[in-house]
Amino acid sequence: MSVVDERLNALRGAAPRKPHNARTLAALAANPGCLRRTLLDAAGIDKGQIAQGLGVRISIGQMSSIAIARGKGFEAKVKADGCAELLRLLREHIGLPVAEVHYHDLNPADTDDRITSRLRRSRHALRVSAESNEPTGTLFDHPILQLTVNGVQVRIEPDLIAFKLGNQFFIVEVKSFAILDGTADSGKVAAAAQQSAVYVLAMREMLQTAGLDPDMVSDQVVLVCPKDFSNHPVAELLDVRKQLATLKRQLDRMESVESVLRLVPPDLSFDLRLDDAGRPTRDPQELAAAVFQVTARYSPECLGACELGGVCRSEASGMVPVLGRVVREDLGGIDSIKEAVELATGLREPDAGQQQASDLLRRAYGMREAALGAVR
Amino acid sequence: MTVLTSLAKALAAYSMGPQRLTVFRHQYISSKPIVIVPLTLAGETNAPLAAMVGSDRARPTLIVTRQPRERAERLQFAGRLASELLFPIEMAAQRTQPTGPGPNARMRVVDAPQIWVPNPAGIEFVRTLGRMTRLRQIEGPWAVPKKVRDLGIWLTWFAEQAEFADTGALIAATQALAAVWATGQSDLEDGNLAAQMAWLDPPEGMDVASAVSRAENPQLCPPAGPTTDPTFDRLFLEPALRDLASARTPAAHSAVHRRLTAMLEEQMRPTWELVWTAIDLLLEVTEAPRVPKRWEQQRDRFTSFHQYVANGGNPQAKRDSAGRSAHRLAELEQRMAAFEAQRAYDDPLVIADYRLTGEAFAGQVVDVDATRRVPGLRRSVLRPLVTVATSDQVHLDVDQHVYDPARNGQQAVITSVNETEDGWRIELELQNQMGGGQTAKPGSVPLLGEEVTYTSVTETFVRRRPWPTREETPWTHGGPPPDSTPVVEDAAEDWS
Repeated sequence: MSVVDERLNALRGAAPRKPHNARTLAALAANPGCLRRTLLDAAGIDKGQIAQGLGVRISIGQMSSIAIARGKGFEAKVKADGCAELLRLLREHIGLPVAEVHYHDLNPADTDDRITSRLRRSRHALRVSAESNEPTGTLFDHPILQLTVNGVQVRIEPDLIAFKLGNQFFIVEVKSFAILDGTADSGKVAAAAQQSAVYVLAMREMLQTAGLDPDMVSDQVVLVCPKDFSNHPVAELLDVRKQLATLKRQLDRMESVESVLRLVPPDLSFDLRLDDAGRPTRDPQELAAAVFQVTARYSPECLGACELGGVCRSEASGMVPVLGRVVREDLGGIDSIKEAVELATGLREPDAGQQQASDLLRRAYGMREAALGAVR
Repeated sequence: MTVLTSLAKALAAYSMGPQRLTVFRHQYISSKPIVIVPLTLAGETNAPLAAMVGSDRARPTLIVTRQPRERAERLQFAGRLASELLFPIEMAAQRTQPTGPGPNARMRVVDAPQIWVPNPAGIEFVRTLGRMTRLRQIEGPWAVPKKVRDLGIWLTWFAEQAEFADTGALIAATQALAAVWATGQSDLEDGNLAAQMAWLDPPEGMDVASAVSRAENPQLCPPAGPTTDPTFDRLFLEPALRDLASARTPAAHSAVHRRLTAMLEEQMRPTWELVWTAIDLLLEVTEAPRVPKRWEQQRDRFTSFHQYVANGGNPQAKRDSAGRSAHRLAELEQRMAAFEAQRAYDDPLVIADYRLTGEAFAGQVVDVDATRRVPGLRRSVLRPLVTVATSDQVHLDVDQHVYDPARNGQQAVITSVNETEDGWRIELELQNQMGGGQTAKPGSVPLLGEEVTYTSVTETFVRRRPWPTREETPWTHGGPPPDSTPVVEDAAEDWS
């Protein structure tokens, strides 16, 4: 075990490790400057538990049980009978000349099936397939992938199928939002593309580590969704080149965990000290003090992407970022809301870097007062 | 967003109270608005679960499906919603008046229906339900009642109207509120109607901070829909739906259904009240001068679409043809530009935005030559000169056309711009709206010392070339489109 791993384990304490998934990776990449999230995710800490330990309600990642049931039902339908339905889609919609295919089940054999052994199996299966020149297609159900994030190897367990045809691997993503008359909710498609990009990158990295050509993994992803108002699947090709480029850039930009660890005190720990019944016994104030030792970079988007969003929001209370990214840009160089108001009302003299923003605020405030004077 | 909006947000957060973004309300509000609070079943594509609907705050109609996953029940739901909506639509269409005196006057409805939903997702619900029902057929093997298909046609129309900036047909309460007030939270948080209303109208005896924290707890303030709270789904809805499916006798079934209805009403009632309170708050804000004119145009649109439906017009196609898309895009842009200009002309806080960006200026008239004439084509024409001193940062230049909002958009051209010690002196030549006489109509030329505002923003829009007819659709747009008559396959569409 490396020094970095040891320190990360110490940060987590006795709690079990919470692995990354594509959603957390995509969200992390959306806010690469947040050291708090970088560190807690790298250490595999359950951020939801931390938030609850601090008495903050979380609503992230909560999905309706009804929606989950429907999503599972849909996925089962797509995968039924050795993915018969999926193969039909690949033939019809994507125009892949699939005659017959091998089906490689990489799902856990039983509850004791360790992720490391599954990773070994997945890696082996993908490598063998990549090296062979067999023309028949192969489906890989639920492979385990691995990706280097912040200099640490992260295993991800995506809900996906990889498909190999000829020299190309395709990622197949099954989603339960509908494609209605050929269009789907743009936010959901964007999120799916973002996640798929993580899978493509992870799979490319795995091939590269094995000394194979990473470009064998296509940057076109097959998205399978219900059609219109029905439960019948329909497939579309999704180009994730843009998401891939963004993701790569952000992963490169991310501070390595090692350098973040250098910034925090050596005895820092986020251990909740759960008792036998699984209740946290750690003093919330002490826990809060530990969390606030690592700086966060809050924006309102965090509320929908990170379990700690509510914690960071109350920490940032009174600061400009709470009002949203656009306001933060408009009030460039001004950190606190009080400061912005005082600059606007003339109660405070601007610093060197604030002159321009301050002038604009002064004029805006004057116009506002003049216009509203009549209604007040 | 603009600096003024950002400032208002900062002021709101600092004072822990809402701040006005506009002096006036630019949204028309009907005297008899129809409110819909819809709920859908999670995970499905717009499977209606329940809706609270009506124009009477005290007596909403409650529609609850008996089995949200069944096609027949969805049609039943649509049918009941149709009964609620088509009646006020028909009533409004019956009362018409001529657009003016004389033989060329058209008929126009006296008032058009206006629908309110809690949030933009409510508009999506209307759009998708419209898509789900408008392509059904009223005869043949998959026949549905005519009112179901008509509902689809109308819901589609309302949802399409909601895309226009100046619409008054279908309104999301959160957006209407956000147009008038800034709260001290981000736009994202303002998307939650309860949290937004916590700033504008906190419960009696509660401060804003506690009201917001209460509003963000779905157990205390159920989400405004159409998506339900996941905890509610797990603890209440899922067991009730399971019981509904396993109820063997009609008596057992209706007992479960009563339970379901009661729990769904509990989820919708707070939102229903919030939407009505939002309407009341907005009604307290003075209406902007140009609102009635815009609503008149909306009444015209309603009148002509009603005519189309009454004449047996086909339901809207699944996707617009290239020609219709081009029309719509042009109309979207044009109505948006006109709406922006009208808001700026009406509202000193909106024009302030343009003054900050240098597209408008306000100042005092320091010199006037009201009787100046210049040679015209046949005879000399009146072209008064007005010089304005302003301290605004003007980004306008010589030869640029500007308009006077206070004088109905009177046009002027900038003849010189000079920097002075404390701002700018701008000389303008007035060009129209002064009457046909030898001297200018009284009041049409600003007086010395008058406070004036000029802006380059204009509400008039000139289309240079007429649209090609349907048959003349150019090849760049795919040539003349095929007719979009509904086909049987659409009527038989699977809704599992």
